[in-house]
Amino acid sequence: MKTTENKISENPTKGIKISGAEAVIRCLLAEGVDLIYGYPGGAIMPIYDELYKFQEELQHVLTRHEQGATHAAQGFARTSGKVGVAMATSGPGATNLVTGIADAQIDSTPMVCITGQVGSHLLGSDAFQETDIIGISTPVTKWNCQITKASEIPSVMAKAFYIARSGRPGPVLIDITKDAQFDTFDFSYEKCTGIRSYKPVPDIEPAAIAAAAEAINNAKKPFIIWGQGVILGNAEQEFKDFVEKSGIPAAWTILGLSALPTAHPLNVGMVGMHGNYGPNMLTNECDLLIAIGMRFDDRVTGDLNTYAKQAKIIHFEIDPAEVNKNVKADIPVMGSCKDSLATILSLIKNNTHEKWINRFDDFMKIEVEKVIDKDLNPTKEGLTMGEAIMAINKHTKGDAVIVTDVGQHQMVACRYAEFVRSKSNVTSGGLGTMGFALPAALGAKMGAPEREVVAVIGDGGYQMTIQELGTIFQTQTAVKIVVLNNDFLGMVRQWQQLFFEKRYASTEMVNPNFVAIAKGYHLEAKKVDKREDLDAAVAEMIASEKPYFLEICVEKEANVFPMIPTGASVSEIRLN
Amino acid sequence: MHQSQKYVLINYILKNNNTYTISIYSENNVGLLNRISAIFLKRHINIESFSTSLSEIKNVFRFVIVVELEEEKVKKLIQQIEKQVDVIKAYYHTDEETIFQESALFKVKSSSLFEERHIQNVIKDSHANIVVVTPEFFVIEKTGFREETEKLRKDLAPFGLLQFVRSGRISVTKSKMGISDILNTFKKDN
Repeated sequence: MKTTENKISENPTKGIKISGAEAVIRCLLAEGVDLIYGYPGGAIMPIYDELYKFQEELQHVLTRHEQGATHAAQGFARTSGKVGVAMATSGPGATNLVTGIADAQIDSTPMVCITGQVGSHLLGSDAFQETDIIGISTPVTKWNCQITKASEIPSVMAKAFYIARSGRPGPVLIDITKDAQFDTFDFSYEKCTGIRSYKPVPDIEPAAIAAAAEAINNAKKPFIIWGQGVILGNAEQEFKDFVEKSGIPAAWTILGLSALPTAHPLNVGMVGMHGNYGPNMLTNECDLLIAIGMRFDDRVTGDLNTYAKQAKIIHFEIDPAEVNKNVKADIPVMGSCKDSLATILSLIKNNTHEKWINRFDDFMKIEVEKVIDKDLNPTKEGLTMGEAIMAINKHTKGDAVIVTDVGQHQMVACRYAEFVRSKSNVTSGGLGTMGFALPAALGAKMGAPEREVVAVIGDGGYQMTIQELGTIFQTQTAVKIVVLNNDFLGMVRQWQQLFFEKRYASTEMVNPNFVAIAKGYHLEAKKVDKREDLDAAVAEMIASEKPYFLEICVEKEANVFPMIPTGASVSEIRLN
Repeated sequence: MHQSQKYVLINYILKNNNTYTISIYSENNVGLLNRISAIFLKRHINIESFSTSLSEIKNVFRFVIVVELEEEKVKKLIQQIEKQVDVIKAYYHTDEETIFQESALFKVKSSSLFEERHIQNVIKDSHANIVVVTPEFFVIEKTGFREETEKLRKDLAPFGLLQFVRSGRISVTKSKMGISDILNTFKKDN
């Protein structure tokens, strides 16, 4: 094996004859990638052979399933801000990536997936482990491309990274035939700086900025809803400046969470199906709705025919396809919100909207009394999910990355987890992928090794990717895994209770001994089911410097409120 | 039908339908066709007609897709199509705003050309062209509106059509395509 020094001294952009497989590695290194997730197999063996040679420069994490590789790459991307990379072989390896790719597409996560493919002479012959992954992945990728010649590798890889990270980020899949991995060619690498048919960031129109500023300055009851665009655009500071100068109350979508600290006086909570009472009710009372880097998902808006009809709408957006897609924007402000918010700042007046903000406080008082108090200070015997989250807040001082799966625990965690800095909430929002959290937490910790990463997972989703405990053990990645166990697929059970007259079809789970499973993977593990033991158990988990598993048994049939029933208006939000 | 009546009818049809012609200028990359059709599939929208060819610009392809859909939905389709990395620009137009034609080929037994005198009148009246004549069969080509090729198909049917095929719609716009400006910048770059 060559020494690291030798390899680094070889300028990867200088012409040298190498195999396609080595070219893939050199492209990754040239893009600054030092960590990838994947699973080997026949059609990608030449690339794995090169990984063996380059293992000092490029760490490969062997997940226990290809889906885990994609979610880990997503978690990595979400905390590091870099492009996540996942790799798999052809056929089943490639199809196992699809859920993670679809998740990354709908949640705008930058990811490059590399799949091996059967030799080009076998394409279309139904060869062993041949599948049309380009065809399969087309609707769920930002871009994809099959490579059948080694010489195409550098330019396609450069394009892949450029597309994945630019504009509205998303997943890209590159499928490389086995012969293209073996063939040799004169390698040189040039980063992609533009594609003529692709304009990642629309130009800012000064007229739109001026119109938006005027509307903001004239509004009596303005309301901001921000989404992940603020985080993806690295616009947290510009956003905070905008909120503080305008004095406008601001609420978040689930993916926007953590862009503004929880304790910020103008942070009024979450919008949407299980969001806070005030932000939902007042969406239908504000006179100006300022949407920033969010896409009016149906879980945010409820019934569109009764959504913010009284309000003028400003939409700060980078993706032209999102403007007027669900909600008609009176003033679309195109561009990256980092630029548009910085530009508009000088045009808006210093303001406070005390009376208007008091309205949010009034609704919060009602929500505390009717919902939050019961969640966080229960008098009944069983532990609540809310208590568990509060214990995590206490021992992490609100400075952890919280990775959640999908379901009741996710809603409770997002409602009650406290955040002091951005890129701290990792969850599957758009796709709602159960099984996301465990591998995503592994990736999140690797993307931000200095931070405490706590995965909060339900007993259902946990068992969808539970095998990634093996990856966590093998890599000794110090993630803290909390399973909130109610022995039910809780969210579906809640819907069955509320809308299907308690016919609990296939939602009760007879669960295994989770602690024994974690111990089987040689992880520290504990179970807690009594209120008096909760605090100490969470403290011990957070204090541990190793991966740690904590099962918290919670009330079996608790419901998440507030709740906007599907298809109802945001102002029909229910508190019980 | 009197010519002026026909004109009124055509105008009525043009103004009262939901037919839109989508024009897409794109790179010529493998898989783009799949990517475009996936946009329609995801929204459960049927494609009425589809054709693709080189455009007036070197190395730029053009798709012409016809849909019957409310304008609001067409606008959203255009946004999704333009979002694709390999798409340069997409437009939509009403029938009134475009010149559009379809081509049809008709294969008929040669014997009927000589035995059925009436068929010669049908061909003559339709302004169709005879492309090829062999001892066994002859082929007629007709380019025009759907109504015209359809009328010819019905008129020829009694004589025994061996084969019939009609192309997707091809269309150009009456007004200038905004693509020109974009492409000028391409030329400069190249």
